[in-house]
Amino acid sequence: MPAPSDAILSVESLAKSFRDLTAVDGISFHVAPGEIVGLVGPNGAGKTSTINMILGVLAPTSGRIEIEGVDLARQRSRALARTNFAAVYAPLPGNLTVEQNLRVFGRLYSVPALAERIEELLASFDLAKYRRTKAGVLSSGEQTRLSLAKAMLNRPRLLLLDEPTASIDPSSARDIRAGIEDFVKAGHCGVLWTSHNMYEVEAVCDRVLFLSRGRILLQGDPKTLPEAHGAASLDDLFVAVAHEALRDERAEQERAS
Amino acid sequence: MNGSRIGAIVLRQIYLYRGSPQRILPMFAWVAIDILLWGFITRYLNTVAHSGFDFVPQLLGAVLLWDFLTRVMQGVTMAFFEDVWSRNFLNFFAAPLTTSEYLAGLVITGVATSLMGLVVMLGLAWGAFGLSFIGYGAALAPFLMVLFLTGIALGVAATAIVLRLGPASEWLIWPIPSLISPFVGVFYPITVLPSWMQAISKVLPPSYVFEGMRAVVTGKPAPWDQLAIGAGLAVVMLGLACLLFASVYRHAIRTGLIARYSAESVS
Repeated sequence: MPAPSDAILSVESLAKSFRDLTAVDGISFHVAPGEIVGLVGPNGAGKTSTINMILGVLAPTSGRIEIEGVDLARQRSRALARTNFAAVYAPLPGNLTVEQNLRVFGRLYSVPALAERIEELLASFDLAKYRRTKAGVLSSGEQTRLSLAKAMLNRPRLLLLDEPTASIDPSSARDIRAGIEDFVKAGHCGVLWTSHNMYEVEAVCDRVLFLSRGRILLQGDPKTLPEAHGAASLDDLFVAVAHEALRDERAEQERAS
Repeated sequence: MNGSRIGAIVLRQIYLYRGSPQRILPMFAWVAIDILLWGFITRYLNTVAHSGFDFVPQLLGAVLLWDFLTRVMQGVTMAFFEDVWSRNFLNFFAAPLTTSEYLAGLVITGVATSLMGLVVMLGLAWGAFGLSFIGYGAALAPFLMVLFLTGIALGVAATAIVLRLGPASEWLIWPIPSLISPFVGVFYPITVLPSWMQAISKVLPPSYVFEGMRAVVTGKPAPWDQLAIGAGLAVVMLGLACLLFASVYRHAIRTGLIARYSAESVS
C-alpha cells in the first residue's frame, strides 16, 4: 500500500541484517496523522530493530525512512526533532530529578516556553509532587509516566512507544492509554506502538501490523482482523501467526541442514 | 551546531555536580594532594642541593601543568562516563543531538571542571610554596592552550575507546597520561631520553610545552616557534580524536550498539 502524501511516517523497503541474520526484511508501511499503529510480533520478530532504525540509532542495511517527508538518513536532526519516544528499556537518568530530566530533554529538543510546558506535563502525568525526586527512586509506574512526559515534551508529530505499559498495573495502564489517545487527538500526531498485550492493541490501535522474522505477515483493523482470519481474538491470531512462523523457521532449518 | 542542545549536555553535568558533593570533591582533592606532596619534595630538594638550582618552579610548576592536562582529559571522560553508567545513550542519540554537539558539551564540562582545579592548584602552589605564575602573565596562556587541546584530544579519544570496547575497557584509558608522561619530559629535558624516545617526544604536543616552560623559568626567552609546532600538533591530535569518535559512532549505529550499550553487550 503506497504511503499517503500527508503520512507522518513513511517506511519503504526497510531492511537490516547483522552478518547472516536478517532482523528486518524489506518492510514498508506508513503512519497517517491521528493514527495509532500497533507493531506486534513474537520476540525477535524485528519490532525493536524497526523502532531503533526510525529513531536513527540503528542504520538500515537498505530502505528509506521519512518523517513528515524529511529523509532521516539525510537530515537526521531535522527528522528527529519531530519525533520522540518512550521505551521500557530506556529509563531517564536516575541521578537527575524529575524536573531536571524534563529540563535537560526539553533543551535537547529545543522546546519553546519550556518552563510552562514542563508544568503542563507534570500536571497531566500527576508528577508534580515528585518534581524534586530523583528519577531512579520512582516506582515503575512513575518512571513510565516520566518517560511519557519526556516523550511528549516537544509535542512530537511522530510518537514511538515500545511497550509503554509493560511494567505497570492495569489501572495505571488504562490512564496512560487514555492520556496518549487524548494527545493524539489533540495534536493530530501519529503513533507507532509495540506491545505484547493484545487487549491493549485492540483497545488503542487503529491498525495493527503483525511482524514475524522481519516481515509483515498481516495488517489491518485489530477489531476485524481476527474474524477475517478465522481466529476468536487478536490474542489467538497472534499465537497462530507466531506458531506458523516458528514452523516455517524449523522447516527452513531442516531444509538447510 | 545547536546551542540549546550543547547547553542540555552541559546542564545535565551541572545538575549532577550540584546534586552530589562527592562528585565535586575529587576535582580539588587529588590536585591539592599532588601540589602538597610535590611542594614538600621540591622544598626538601632545595635544602639538600647546593647548586643554586631552584626546584620549585622546575618540578612543582611541571606537576601543576601535568595535573592540569590530566584533569582536562578526565573531565571530558568523566562526563562521558556519566552517560555510560546511567545507560543514557539511547535517550540522547534518539534525540536531534549530533555527535559534534555531544562532544562539545563534554568538552565544555571538561574545561570548566579542570579550570576550577587549576585555580585551586595555582592558589595552593602560591600560598604554600611561593610558586607564582602571575609573573609570566599572558605568556602562560599559549602553554595552557596547548595542554588544553591535548587534554581534550586525549579525552575524546578515550571516550571513543570506551564506546567501542565497552565500559570494561575503563582500565585502558586512565593510565594514558602516565603512559605518555615519560616521553614528554615533564620533569627532565627531552635530551636525556634515548633517541627512539626523543622521536616519539617530537610528535607529542606537551613535549614542546614542558621544554618551553623550562626555558622560561630559567630566564631564557620563550621558544614561540617550538610552541607553535606543539600547538599545530595538538590541533592535529584533536582532529584525529574527533575522527576516531565519529568512526566509532558510525560503527555503533551500524551494529546497533548505541541502542543496547552496556558492559555485557559490547564485543
